Amino acid sequence: MSYPKFVNPQDLDRFRQQAVKAEKSFRARVLICATGCRSKGALDICEAFHTELASRKLDKEISVVAAGCHGQCSRAPAVVIEPLDFLYGGVIPEDVAEIIETTLLKGKPVERLCDRADGKLAPTMKEAPFYRRQRREVLAHCGRVDPKKIEDAIARGCYAAAAKALSMTPEQVIDEVREAGIRGRGGAGFPTGVKWGFCRKATGSPKYLICNADEGDPGAFMDRALLEGVPHQVLEGMIIAAYAIGAAHGFVYVRAEYPIAVEHVEIAIRQARACGLLGRNILGSGFDFDLEVRMGAGAFVCGEETALIASLEGKRGMPRARPPFPANQGYLNQPTTINNVETLANVPLILEKGRDWYKALGTPGNTGTKIFALAGKVNNTGLVEVPIGTTLRQIIYDIGGGIAKDRPFKAAQTGGPSGGCIPAKFLDLPIDYDSLKKIGAIMGSGGLIVMDENTCMVDMARFFMDFVQQESCGKCVPCRVGTRHMLDILTRICAGDGQDGDIERLESLGHEIKAAALCGLGQTAPNPVLTTIQYFRDEYESHINLKKCPAKECRGLFRYRIDEKLCKACGRCLKTCPAEAIKGEKKVPHVIDQQRCTLCGSCFEQCKFDAVLRE
Amino acid sequence: MSVSTMAPLEPALKVIADLAPVTEGRIIPLLQKLQEAYGYLPRDVVLEVVRRTGLPASRVFGVATFYSQFRLTPGGRHTVRCCRGTACHVRGSKAVLSAVKSHLAIDDGETTPDLKFSLETVACLGTCFLAPVIMVDNDYFGSMTPGGIKKVLDAYQ
Ligand SMILES: Cc1cc2nc3c(=O)[nH]c(=O)nc-3n(C[C@H](O)[C@H](O)[C@H](O)COP(=O)(O)O)c2cc1C
Ligand code: FES
Repeated sequence: MSYPKFVNPQDLDRFRQQAVKAEKSFRARVLICATGCRSKGALDICEAFHTELASRKLDKEISVVAAGCHGQCSRAPAVVIEPLDFLYGGVIPEDVAEIIETTLLKGKPVERLCDRADGKLAPTMKEAPFYRRQRREVLAHCGRVDPKKIEDAIARGCYAAAAKALSMTPEQVIDEVREAGIRGRGGAGFPTGVKWGFCRKATGSPKYLICNADEGDPGAFMDRALLEGVPHQVLEGMIIAAYAIGAAHGFVYVRAEYPIAVEHVEIAIRQARACGLLGRNILGSGFDFDLEVRMGAGAFVCGEETALIASLEGKRGMPRARPPFPANQGYLNQPTTINNVETLANVPLILEKGRDWYKALGTPGNTGTKIFALAGKVNNTGLVEVPIGTTLRQIIYDIGGGIAKDRPFKAAQTGGPSGGCIPAKFLDLPIDYDSLKKIGAIMGSGGLIVMDENTCMVDMARFFMDFVQQESCGKCVPCRVGTRHMLDILTRICAGDGQDGDIERLESLGHEIKAAALCGLGQTAPNPVLTTIQYFRDEYESHINLKKCPAKECRGLFRYRIDEKLCKACGRCLKTCPAEAIKGEKKVPHVIDQQRCTLCGSCFEQCKFDAVLRE
Repeated sequence: MSVSTMAPLEPALKVIADLAPVTEGRIIPLLQKLQEAYGYLPRDVVLEVVRRTGLPASRVFGVATFYSQFRLTPGGRHTVRCCRGTACHVRGSKAVLSAVKSHLAIDDGETTPDLKFSLETVACLGTCFLAPVIMVDNDYFGSMTPGGIKKVLDAYQ
């Protein structure tokens, strides 16, 4: 489709009215997550709906939308039916005819595809436990629009906030954002309005704006969902930010592992440019701004702002000391603002609904909502948006549906390799930037990984240290060498070779690295170790003194055994064992050959009678 | 280096011409395009970039070796990516990775002698709800178990 070029805000509004009208010509919409759910066959479902609706001549009254993420990824592939607001999970192409017959023609739910609340059917998103307690503001349109169509975004009011901002002075825009109190969602939580103010005041021209979409925290995927699902919302935030700081050129720096995000942002930029929302004299305001997409090349440290800038300049992605801060000397030594994707996606909301509305969300000093990527051993995995200040218990139990297999909660990890493991005693702590910092963790980008009794905290610390070791750029000694030492100590503890004094050595190394490292990567790298020592010291002691891994995860510190009384000789474990280490026949309890066992745990996961023991 | 292993330069020249002028700031996008064309970064191709840009070879190779996306040796026909992210870790990705390694008899970053598979680990595939996840080329395989590896990999020719 070709787009008209808007030369003033009235053109935009007229286009919006047309887009709304075009959408209303359909009486129902089928919204299929074609991004995250693609990995579970969502595209086949789109295809099936198109074919089936066309063959029933319903394609003029019911539209099929390849939309973004609905949030409840554990029920992938997910399909939402508007206007009924039904959410179906685990849909396969064979379900499509029935959905059309039962739901789209008769208005009734297909029960087996619905979620349940307290044993009762909960077909709508309003009723479903996963959504009931969320506050989806930033994600409001994610999953509700076709990300490849600017008309869908505009129909929902996208770019109206940008038009409003362009009618204000840059200082007024900065004021609004500062007073709203939003803090950067990329990790450090620096007040966005203040950051913009620095860049506005900085001398030097041209200025640059960078959207940080490197999303390095392993286990976080909200930036991916936003770019894939509502790319225009992020672009709108960028236009507003660029106007506020006075930048004419911007970059979206996306990790290469997110091909769908790259594709959708590129399409969005092309369409916005065609509509005159990017380029010269945007909406007749006299403001010029354009954007390009750059792909990361697989270096975690490039999420750090100075490393990201080095990478944009075509150099090795190594951070440098700050100050000077990017606000004064950033890309090509020019004043530069770097903001995270989610931060930018919040900006249009602030402009549209105002600072007071925004401040009412969250708590004083920690305003707005935060999107968490809920993963690990929790029942409902996916993206959860809640007001800041919600407790872990509400997120994990009320929204997340509790721990898989009803096992007890052990810890939640936030902030990835820079964060910490939060123990059960803090389940009722309202989580915000400051409360998390106080207990040794950080908000980070919002990855929230839930762990149960089977996760070893020492191994977790070792895992993150290994990650940091691999990703350390090598420029500063504390990070390059210090984390190596910490990793060596952790590795030997996990192998059962821990020594007296290892815990203390880890603590002192950790504090030194935090104090001396050059960039945020090294400065925060000891956090997972220090918090696990603080809250799970007994596990370290057990590994070192008793040579036992209480969670039965560390190789060599436990073994698998089949209880002959519990074993029903069903053969499941025997079939699943990749090492052919299990012997047994029909009606004879099976036995594990300890010599051949590789401790992969497949039999443990597969056994339906809990007959495989770890001891 | 024997002549037969030299990569033809024509595709590189086209990529370079498309992106011209090749300034220092555009080295990474250029190398990404070249890798897309060749599957890896052949030495002669990188040297051609050096000639075109006038930058020291150490700068260009420095970039090519810093970022894990770039490979300087040919990969296999299929790339197996094992996620080593946190969500996958707590759901047992370590055992999945060892199973892949032992099934293919190669280590992270290596290619099987028959050039069929290359193995890479990635920080997170952004599909943590499928944990533990592996990806073969563009296909995702979620909730992997060590026992399921053989079936997944045997389906590739
Ligand atoms: C090692 C390291 C990795 C980082 N990774 C990211 C990232 O993936 N995404 C991001 O937005 N910020 C990341 N940051 C934070 C950025 O340096 C920067 O603070 C942020 O992009 C600023 O945006 P905000 O103010 O909107 O949060 C990282 C920082 C460090 C030290
Ligand atoms: S941690 Fe494996 S996909 Fe995110």
